[in-house]
Amino acid sequence: MSHFAVLNPGVLSLIQDAGRFGQSQLGLTNGGPLDAGSANWANALLGNSSNASFIECSIGGLQLQAHCNTSFCVTGAGLTLTVNGKAKAMWQSHKVQSGDIIELGMASQGLRAYVAVAGGFNITPQFGSSATVMREGIGGLNQNGAKLQAGDKLPLTVAATLPTRQLPAAMQPNFDFSKGLSLRLVEGYQHQLFSIVERQRFYLNTYTVTPKADRMGVKLSGPAISCSSTSLLSEGICYGAVQIPPDGQPIVLLNDRQTLGGYPKIGSVLSLDCWLLAQAPAGTKLQFVKTDPQQAHNALLLAQARYQRQLASIKNPGGVPDEHN
Amino acid sequence: MVYFEQKMAADIAGLVQQAGPLIRGAMGPHLLELLPSYASVMVVFNPFSCDHFQAKHLLQQTLSSLSASSQQAGRRIELPVYYSEQSGPDLALIAKTKQLSVAEVIQLHQQQVYRVYAIGFAPGFAYLGEVAEQLAMPRLQSPRARVPRGAVAIADRQTAVYPAVSPGGWNLIGLCPTPMFQPHKQPSMPVAVGDEVQFVAISKAEFLALGGQMGDEL
Repeated sequence: MSHFAVLNPGVLSLIQDAGRFGQSQLGLTNGGPLDAGSANWANALLGNSSNASFIECSIGGLQLQAHCNTSFCVTGAGLTLTVNGKAKAMWQSHKVQSGDIIELGMASQGLRAYVAVAGGFNITPQFGSSATVMREGIGGLNQNGAKLQAGDKLPLTVAATLPTRQLPAAMQPNFDFSKGLSLRLVEGYQHQLFSIVERQRFYLNTYTVTPKADRMGVKLSGPAISCSSTSLLSEGICYGAVQIPPDGQPIVLLNDRQTLGGYPKIGSVLSLDCWLLAQAPAGTKLQFVKTDPQQAHNALLLAQARYQRQLASIKNPGGVPDEHN
Repeated sequence: MVYFEQKMAADIAGLVQQAGPLIRGAMGPHLLELLPSYASVMVVFNPFSCDHFQAKHLLQQTLSSLSASSQQAGRRIELPVYYSEQSGPDLALIAKTKQLSVAEVIQLHQQQVYRVYAIGFAPGFAYLGEVAEQLAMPRLQSPRARVPRGAVAIADRQTAVYPAVSPGGWNLIGLCPTPMFQPHKQPSMPVAVGDEVQFVAISKAEFLALGGQMGDEL
């Protein structure tokens, strides 16, 4: 059987796809890649759909052995990638032969790397998705929410060696956060629970990413924000929501967030910026920048258009982008 | 986010329940996620096929016809509970705080018909209301690190059955042998938002016969 064997899962490696949608009425969260931008490129460079199953490796250290001849690609956090000890470029598809050993070093820029294979891993979906949510015990290789372990055999949908495709360096995202990060935020209805003074405090100050950051969300530290209301009826929490718990320290909620919550929320961070936040290590300084729904929507459409254009130019190197694709 | 009057009440929950299928119909393929709660419905749409002006227009048009009168009744589901001080370690504390006997606490909890207001927090966790005023107990000062699967619990005027072992700050009063979330079964949950739930006291022997497990408690 065509498969990749896990020799070492590294710090935390999870099977993901685009995420689990439309199941929130059962209390199931979305899951999916923390940095969907990088994950999409890993699949796209292999000609996969963005919903093909791949591995999200946090921090690094993953070692895999190919048990067939096929192509693979690694994107996301900057790290040393080798095949049989020979350095290979990230953001580029590579051919491997049966027996080859793929190793990811430790991330030096960013936190999450994405490993995709031609055609995707062949993982039985649960509630419509292979996304692993450890907290729920849902998804992944064995449909039990388990992270990858040494000895796991990851079946492939196909074994196919593909022509090499690369995302030029200028088009790759930048995970150097030494100059800080700015997060565009659309205010939600509950922003009225925060006084003008509190909102100014929120926008004018710098917050720091704390080590309390995982797939559920990122806890920040900085000047505390207070809220006029303490008891709210629990309601749905969207991706990127910024919750202000009683200690006043904001939490940006990400892919594995709980579906309902009663803490007040000042607004939601634009998805494109959430992807970068998920790559930002503890100590990263950030600021919130207020935007409105129209600008946020425009930013999203522009990013999508840019992605499509880049994808077309990669498929058609040096030529005119294929307008029909 | 669609908001109704912000209170836990059967008529508001009825509106939330009616709104769901209407929103689903109006949003059609644009809809990514629909999440009802006590007095709100979160609507997530595909930003590449729809924008917020269009979404707002569709929602306003659809929901303008909503009225509190045409409320559908959900199903009535009975959930067995083995109430005891062994299976419900906070029963004695509630009785003492509320100046009731343990038997009265159990009686008050099971005589009420509850409504499923929301499902969330964890897979299969159903928020049921409203608990009799005499039983309204605040959450524990410090949450337990481990609440057993099937634990029946009270927090303020809400009650719930923990679907799986998890940390939790609610007051534990019994154990329910009915699985609340079975990911490999269809349907995976015995209840849905809008259903009515009544708890029925059972003995330890009945609890064990229904597949309940003791040894899992604190």
